[in-house]
Amino acid sequence: MKYPSLLKRCHLLPLTAAMLLAGQTALAAQAYVSNEKDDTISIIDLETLEVTETLNVGERPRGILFSKDYSKLYICASDSDTVQVMDLATKEIIKELPSGEDPEQFALHPNNRHLYISNEDDALVTIVDTETSEVLAQIDVGVEPEGMAVSPDGKIAVNTSETTNMVHWIDTSTYQLVDNTLVDQRPRHVEFSKDSKILWASSEIGGTVSVIDVETRQIFQKLTFEIKGIHPDKIQPVGVKLSDDGRYAFVALGPANHVAVVNAKTYKVEDYVLVGRRVWHMDFNEDQTQLLTTNGISGDVSIIDLDRMKAVKSIKVGRYPWGVIVKP
Amino acid sequence: MSSIRMLSFRKPSLRKPILRKFLPTLLLPALLTSHSASAELEVSISYLQLQQDTGPVLSNILPESEDSGLRGAELGIDDSNTTGRFLKQKYSLSQFTTDDESEFLATAEEQYKNGQRLFISNAPASTLIALRSQLPDDALLFNSGSPADRLRTENCKGVLHTLASRAMLTDALAQWLKARRLEKVLIITGNQPVDKAYSEAFRRGAKRFGLKIVAEKAWQFDADLRRTAQKEMPLFTQTDEYDVVFIADERGDFGEYVLYNTWYPRPVVGTQGLKPVTWHRVVEQWGAAQLQSRFNDLANRWMTSKDYAAWAAVRSIAEAVTRTSSNNPEILNQYIRSDDFQLAAFKGRKLNYRSWNGQLRQPIPLIHPRSLVSQSPQEGFLHPVTELDTLGFDQRETRCHG
Repeated sequence: MKYPSLLKRCHLLPLTAAMLLAGQTALAAQAYVSNEKDDTISIIDLETLEVTETLNVGERPRGILFSKDYSKLYICASDSDTVQVMDLATKEIIKELPSGEDPEQFALHPNNRHLYISNEDDALVTIVDTETSEVLAQIDVGVEPEGMAVSPDGKIAVNTSETTNMVHWIDTSTYQLVDNTLVDQRPRHVEFSKDSKILWASSEIGGTVSVIDVETRQIFQKLTFEIKGIHPDKIQPVGVKLSDDGRYAFVALGPANHVAVVNAKTYKVEDYVLVGRRVWHMDFNEDQTQLLTTNGISGDVSIIDLDRMKAVKSIKVGRYPWGVIVKP
Repeated sequence: MSSIRMLSFRKPSLRKPILRKFLPTLLLPALLTSHSASAELEVSISYLQLQQDTGPVLSNILPESEDSGLRGAELGIDDSNTTGRFLKQKYSLSQFTTDDESEFLATAEEQYKNGQRLFISNAPASTLIALRSQLPDDALLFNSGSPADRLRTENCKGVLHTLASRAMLTDALAQWLKARRLEKVLIITGNQPVDKAYSEAFRRGAKRFGLKIVAEKAWQFDADLRRTAQKEMPLFTQTDEYDVVFIADERGDFGEYVLYNTWYPRPVVGTQGLKPVTWHRVVEQWGAAQLQSRFNDLANRWMTSKDYAAWAAVRSIAEAVTRTSSNNPEILNQYIRSDDFQLAAFKGRKLNYRSWNGQLRQPIPLIHPRSLVSQSPQEGFLHPVTELDTLGFDQRETRCHG
């Protein structure tokens, strides 16, 4: 609570360069974690690595993301059937967007306005204008839509449907479904490369990550994972995160309690990092020297030091942490 | 031949005379579609249910719904059509329910003659065996209704089983008892053949996993226990000391009255108390909450083991259709029994079928009516191929060889 209000006050004052610098060092980056079974968001100070605040939000919060300018937080409150909008200056919910039923994951278009939301119970993707709260379109997709991503160039949105086992491709200019790519069982998460040319799609029950050429929508690499002492059926890829330098892809392996370190150029798995139990989603810290993971069953967040490829700290949060995002 | 196979049945079920009358007109569009390259792939599945009268029971408070099984098949069709519309596949279900075995068999025969090749049977073991021997080999047959072990060990030709067998259920329980060190067991068995089969399966599991049976009792009373259980049951359960009471009472005749009334204050497991199941409403992990809520929207009741088994049968067919782009029953059968097949079925790992007896491998939830207690296989019960094969009959324990 202290730091953000300090920031607000700083903004109101005519700032000298020195003051600005001082302000920035005092302001540590923060991680926001959605706790699915607690209906809360935990805020972790990334300098002290402690939970500084816990915010009450709607029921069963899962997907979370920031507006591009970090002024707002969007929260999929799945069981409240709404997407909540939180003003990060006041930490108040200022709006609820008509998300369609049971929103689980979503993605914000680079235009910072259009939110693409997967409605898990209704086999729909809902597109909402965050400024006018208007539903722009609803698109029929497969059973249990889950993963959602918009390409960095803004042209394509993709959604995965867990029971249909497909990646659905949506043209963002027409809101039409243009193609489907069949992947392995229970696709969970999708992530575009920075140049929008490659899509990574994890299949939880299939145990694979499909690497898809966006142009042709064909799978050109399929990653499999192997950890000594863990049955292959328990290796269930969920979250995927790509480093900005194009070097790494990190894959959270769910009940295998490990994160796979994948060389994003050769598509070879280089390492496995042990984290908490049932690892789900991930985000980097500001300078990408650390990776944060949510561990649902152990109810904590692991911090992986990316130089040593080792988990160096675990931070207790609420029950069933689902998503994590970092605010610089 | 293939065009006839694509004949699609629609709800409500077509009775025999109507079928015969409409056959020529039905065949024509089917023939046309099979020649057009861009046509929809039509997949018609027949669900047949033999309603069993289990007789009067003492504990008749919460009877199982009569459409238990059917609604699961319907949800499977809905799920598959949502997927199918992206792949130009269309799934349809014909359903027929009767309490007359000869009518059950005659309907299946009639449907086969009219081109039906994909069947799901919710019927007792003897009816299923009769059905299998009546249907020619190219009919693909799923058993979603009988847990009988002999279907998995003796009469195992040409049937895929999506419902867990009794041995799988009781092995799941025996592993948990071993893991919890509840090793001394009193067995109480009801007077029905299915009860005897259930306790026989458990005795096998007890031996396999190292439990000790301290006493066995047969339930033979016909007195109404509802008001006298507190007086009768302690005396009935007064034997050498046990850690746990195992009940085999599949109909739910007396078992509910054993809980909290045993001579020694011990937990009750089996068909009542802590119960191993194929499926139950309390399963909500691994995305199951979504399946449960879709089912509730459709049927307005809880999803049962038989619903789940019928759903899994339809989804197995649909998964094979999607991966082979075919509706040919022999191609589907081959694919479903292959190592490539995998079904995501909300049990935390991918499921496939045992090659030797067509049983769907699956974890077994152990539940009480309001919560999931555990899921077997329990940790530490190892198997050279997959721990799932520690539940039920393994290949070398059967006479089945694919």
